[in-house]
Amino acid sequence: MMAILEVSNIGKSFGKTEVLTDISFSLEKGESLAIIGSSGSGKTTLLRCLNFLETPDQGTIRVGDEVIFDASRTEKLSNEELRKNRLHFGLVFQNFNLFPQYTAFRNVTLAGELLAKERPDYKANKTVILEEIREHGRELLASVGLSAKADNYPHQLSGGQQQRVAIARALALNPDILCFDEPTSALDPELTGEVLNVIRSLASKKTTMIIVTHEMGFARQVADNVLFMDKGFVVEYGSPADVIDNPKHERTKRFLENYTNA
Amino acid sequence: MQEIISVLFSGFGENLRIFALTLAMAIPLGLVITFGSMTKFKPVRWLTRTFVWIIRGTPLMLQLFVVLYAPGLLFGIPMRDRMAATLVAFVINYAAYFSEIYRGGIESIPKGQYEAGAVLGMTRRQVFFKVVLLQVIKRIVPSMGNEVITLVKDTSLARVIGVAEIIMVAERYTKQGLIGPLFSTGLYFLLFNGLLTLLLGRIERKMDYFRV
Repeated sequence: MMAILEVSNIGKSFGKTEVLTDISFSLEKGESLAIIGSSGSGKTTLLRCLNFLETPDQGTIRVGDEVIFDASRTEKLSNEELRKNRLHFGLVFQNFNLFPQYTAFRNVTLAGELLAKERPDYKANKTVILEEIREHGRELLASVGLSAKADNYPHQLSGGQQQRVAIARALALNPDILCFDEPTSALDPELTGEVLNVIRSLASKKTTMIIVTHEMGFARQVADNVLFMDKGFVVEYGSPADVIDNPKHERTKRFLENYTNA
Repeated sequence: MQEIISVLFSGFGENLRIFALTLAMAIPLGLVITFGSMTKFKPVRWLTRTFVWIIRGTPLMLQLFVVLYAPGLLFGIPMRDRMAATLVAFVINYAAYFSEIYRGGIESIPKGQYEAGAVLGMTRRQVFFKVVLLQVIKRIVPSMGNEVITLVKDTSLARVIGVAEIIMVAERYTKQGLIGPLFSTGLYFLLFNGLLTLLLGRIERKMDYFRV
């Protein structure tokens, strides 16, 4: 089977600082990949490159059978291409970044409604299209257990609830690959469980995911593969049993010693 | 007595005219200046910021004189309409102040809001109008309220170039030995600003339903 995502030789520098060096990995449809590593190892930058919030200096990104990014192409991506590329990916931020002036429900449906306006049949089928988007939004909120909070504004929700809304929002446009950037790092410890449970249930439904996380126990349990990064390099890649339980590299071992109780 | 009141009223009418027209034009013009002062194109940015610095750094009274006299003395096209001169000076002056308030508001919105919109496939325009704008408005209403109330009082400056606003017409009565009319002009300002304060409070409460 052809991988749904193939990242090849991605490199990225900020000024003189090289943040990512020669990153390559691939992802099968339905697979979840955990990316682990200490702060400053480039995990977040990698996710931001995939979501085109940063532009890599080197390498290619292929989604399905389409090369959506190739750094060796000379012309810059147009705004339209950027938007199209971004739609392959969803991103759940560490700080949720919900839109404060919209209800939980509207946070989930807004982007879909804006996007639908570009459909050629929008004018003719407006009511049907909007009802579909709203129905999908209701299903998504139900799937993260927040149907009862649909009409609440973000400030009325706990951090865990906000992050679950953010997950529903990221799923609303049916991305090929859903990315999580340390989704529980901004949460009180007692609120991380509810968010991890949602991600766990997504994994059981074979959602293709890339999860940057510090929760080793969770990564071992949910991820099909684990990628350990250090100083912008991929140090080790493999199944959780290999990377987390029997790391080969000295650097991985030292990193994992901090999580002996995970 | 009745005559005095109606004279003061028509004087205050001039103040209100300056107030309303200045607001109506300076609010959108301020946004244009904001975009100029935030553009990535450096020459435009520095030109705009220098302009704002000059306008905010010199007295409005001086600007009124410049707008009234400069066209005639420098270019031989005398400015005959004193109200028009007043409006030009006021609109430019207030647009400069508004632009800085807008800029502060826009820059205070976390980057994450723009990024959240972007990863959801929104265009930059959609991110600005659907995500950022209302949050900016909520943040700037208190400072805009201050400026608006200052504007009401500033309108009396128009007298220095001969616009018959309320304080100018009231002062004439002192020559008849009457101080009452001059004092009572304060009531007009107080009442009108009271109304504005209520209105601004309402606008703030209207946006209480969300937090930024």
